[in-house]
Amino acid sequence: MIDFVVHDEGDSVGVVVVEGVEAGAELTGWIMDQDRDITFRAASDIPIGHKLAIKPMKTGETVLKYGVDIGRVVADIAVGEHAHVHNIKTKRW
Amino acid sequence: MTMDLASTTFRGYRRENGRVGVRNHVIILPVDDLSNAACEAVANNIKGAMAIPHPYGRLQFGADLELHFRTLIGTGANPNVAAVVVIGIEEGWTQRVVEGIAATGKPVTGYGIELHGDHETIMRASKTAREYVQWASERVREEAPLADLWVSTKCGESDTTSGCGANPTVGNAFDKLYPHRATLLFGETTEVTGGEHLIAERCRTPQIRERFMYMFDRYQALVERHKTSDLSESQPTKGNIAGGLTTIEEKALGNIQKIGRECMVDGVLDKAESPDGPGLWFMDSSSAAAEMVTLCAAAGFVVHFFPTGQGNIIGNPILPNIKICANPRTVRTMGEHVDVDVSGLLRKEMTPDEAGDALLDMMLRTANGRLTAAEALGHREFVLTRLYESA
Repeated sequence: MIDFVVHDEGDSVGVVVVEGVEAGAELTGWIMDQDRDITFRAASDIPIGHKLAIKPMKTGETVLKYGVDIGRVVADIAVGEHAHVHNIKTKRW
Repeated sequence: MTMDLASTTFRGYRRENGRVGVRNHVIILPVDDLSNAACEAVANNIKGAMAIPHPYGRLQFGADLELHFRTLIGTGANPNVAAVVVIGIEEGWTQRVVEGIAATGKPVTGYGIELHGDHETIMRASKTAREYVQWASERVREEAPLADLWVSTKCGESDTTSGCGANPTVGNAFDKLYPHRATLLFGETTEVTGGEHLIAERCRTPQIRERFMYMFDRYQALVERHKTSDLSESQPTKGNIAGGLTTIEEKALGNIQKIGRECMVDGVLDKAESPDGPGLWFMDSSSAAAEMVTLCAAAGFVVHFFPTGQGNIIGNPILPNIKICANPRTVRTMGEHVDVDVSGLLRKEMTPDEAGDALLDMMLRTANGRLTAAEALGHREFVLTRLYESA
């Protein structure tokens, strides 16, 4: 059972692909490019399609997904927490 | 790969200019907003004729007017269209559209409303539309190689599942079609922001790269000129954000999964321009679904791959849109809009190769005549791109 997927092992976030993930749940993730499984505990309720942090991120740091820069951290994010517009912003526009 | 694409063929309508269509529409095409009523009346009179109304065509000028003509002419010229009746308020611009479409050799006639009024115009145009529909009904499909199939792509209401499921499925199919000299198209200029360097690296020559970056920078300048604080809730859209996409960079990296890992970018087009050879083409375009798909149809593409995450329900009057979705919730709640369900990818129940093959299989079924979900549901979004205000 895959609960979340990660594009590349260097990424800071994964994507939840099941409905109903609640804080405290033990989650199994699949790192697609390296075809390897990992486990994490969710620290927030996370809707399907939304991201969880798989690395701790400090304000000002760069978020990596697909192994590429997808924006900057604007509020510290702990491992397992919901990572979205409340703590990540674009570097463009 | 179970499908042998080298020997794969489809059955389509070979048109007078050699291009092959997969639909056999007779369209009633308004030059301007004023002519929509007459076009719709003709389509009501004649079964099998389809009006494609739109709100523009008056007091446009310069590049915006050129794009208007290019889009209307391209739509009529598309090989999915057997014959065209054009109606405009006056003769001059009406004949310009007629002559553009007539260059393909297909049947086309235009009617100006001034000096006739709606009644007489509808009667005269209906007589022609009746002849065209009966003529078109005797066109027969014939076998054609894959190289005759022009396939475009654009995604919509994307979410994170688009980037890891539906879009890579299109990429897998594009990588398989590319060596067989198919003609392929992608675009969405603002929606590659954050991944533009990856597309630049895929351009076949320095000249193509320069042209791509010119188009990219031109659109960035437009955004800079008109943006408020940022493009929040527009790019990414509110639907994208609800689906978990956070930034334009994240959306862009998911978006460009559609061009696979092996295809090279062989050329760059302006809006509604047609490619002049096989390969993968980038077309400068809006990322709004109906605008982009309308431009793909006007550029001559006959089948469209439309991956979605949250469930974009778009269709086009003449270009069949095959919907691909990897989000299990969308497949469950909006299944009637989905042609290819690849949600198994995210459960490791399906490999990317199997997903690509499932899409290619649906592409062939669609080319051979199967109606897409959007066609069956009556989605005919025809939206012209405007560059600036009318005079």
